[in-house]
Amino acid sequence: MGMYTEKVMDHFRHPRNVGEIKDADGIGKVGNPVCGDLMWIYIKVKGDRLEDVKFKTFGCGAAIATSSMITEMAKGKTIDEALKISRQDVADALGGLPAIKMHCSNLASDGLKSAILDYMKRNGIKPPEGIKIESEHEDVCETG
Amino acid sequence: MAQPNQIYMDYSSYCPIEPRVLKEMLPYYERYFGNPSSPHSFGVQMKAGLEAAREKVASLINAEKPSEVIFTSGSTESINAALRGAAFRNKEKGNRIIASSIEHISVRNTLKYLAKNGFEVVYLPVDEYGVVSVESLKGAMNERTVLVTVMYANNEVGTVEPIKEIADIAHEKNAILHTDATAAIGKMPIDVNRDGIDMMSISSGDMYGPYGIGALYLRRGTRFEPLILGGGQEAGFRSGTENVAGAVGMGKAAEIAKAEMAQEAERLSKIRDRIIKGTKEAITYSFLNGHPTLRLPNNINMRFSFIEGESLVLSLDMEGIAASSGSACSSKTLEPSHVLLAMGIPHEEAQGSLLLSLGRWNTPQDAQKLLEVLPNIVRGLREMSPIAPPGVR
Repeated sequence: MGMYTEKVMDHFRHPRNVGEIKDADGIGKVGNPVCGDLMWIYIKVKGDRLEDVKFKTFGCGAAIATSSMITEMAKGKTIDEALKISRQDVADALGGLPAIKMHCSNLASDGLKSAILDYMKRNGIKPPEGIKIESEHEDVCETG
Repeated sequence: MAQPNQIYMDYSSYCPIEPRVLKEMLPYYERYFGNPSSPHSFGVQMKAGLEAAREKVASLINAEKPSEVIFTSGSTESINAALRGAAFRNKEKGNRIIASSIEHISVRNTLKYLAKNGFEVVYLPVDEYGVVSVESLKGAMNERTVLVTVMYANNEVGTVEPIKEIADIAHEKNAILHTDATAAIGKMPIDVNRDGIDMMSISSGDMYGPYGIGALYLRRGTRFEPLILGGGQEAGFRSGTENVAGAVGMGKAAEIAKAEMAQEAERLSKIRDRIIKGTKEAITYSFLNGHPTLRLPNNINMRFSFIEGESLVLSLDMEGIAASSGSACSSKTLEPSHVLLAMGIPHEEAQGSLLLSLGRWNTPQDAQKLLEVLPNIVRGLREMSPIAPPGVR
């Protein structure tokens, strides 16, 4: 369609790591179907590394592509490394996103963080200082 | 035209030009020139082309006099001119304007502007099919109502509105009735006299004519002030040297529409109904948006639960099919279609809407191809969706 980069379209056409992890160690749920985007990120942790990452997403092309991209970026990383992945990193890895999609559909890094926080909570691990879910600090979806 | 492996089902977003129209226009770029206001033969030739075009447009809508047709730059300008021109010219009568809640954004934004400038705008609800409530119009009318504006047919869901009834109610209180007929023009017979229309906005592009030209029908005697001032062209209602080639193209498009509309509507409505029926049969949790019968012959608007429309449109494009969606992500405002919301469709359901608008170059084979690919696309997106219940595909 021209509005998305080839990289975005590649991840949209062939999304990586779609699905649930039945015995996930952490699940992150971000977004809202009312806004048009909803992402669930599942993680499997081994030692301090993310052994597996999967997703399920309801949303536009950008939402699906960022979800797919984050699973590739996070897999095999340590928890500390994965927590450092920002929305900008995901957008950059996709060769950029249209400005209008930078906020509402770019929730994947938040989804991953939220899955890791869920894992930490379940295991009584104190999250490091300063972790914030970026989309929680702004009105990403203003509906009439 | 589309490539052999491409299918265009987005005629309501943009309509290609009809070759017979282009042929009619070319002499006005290649051979004829001159200002239609000039008395010399160059100008007279241009004036003749302009007036012949006006007669053809007048004939399509059964206007009593060709002079009731004012050429503009398109529907958006016609709408702005009509609503602002009638509101400001009649403000001593009152400041109430009544509109449907499913108007095109050109009308909505013009009404917002009028609301900021002292007018009180009342929006009428629609039913689940998008039909404007005539009862609520009766309740909203008062002596201070200057203008009622309701679209002839909705551009998104294709619902045809009861304009004649609406006009009669408006006229009981001496209000002006404007209708935005952009989506309906050339697709169904419109008769400004039968329908009691005082002002009507139409475009040329939506009936296979060139873009950049449209018309405002202004019934003789309607109190109106011009939006664009200048040299007094178009009887003073719309200044600026006339776009003669464009008008000639619009005239030809109107002529073709008048001659071929009935058979084209029958042809397209068969393809439309086949797609609607086939989609409902093949895909669970799929619903038709809009009215089953009071519907434009070329409009299909379906929604699919648990998935989002832009990803549907992208997936169809990968199969060579061009379509539109009413989802938030597909819009510049990031809000789902106000039309679907006004019809009472929940936000998350409105996100999964697919608009297929048919036109002259669609064939029954196109419907076949669409029905072959659409169920798989929906299944794939539902498999990815966290809100699809297990087993729903």
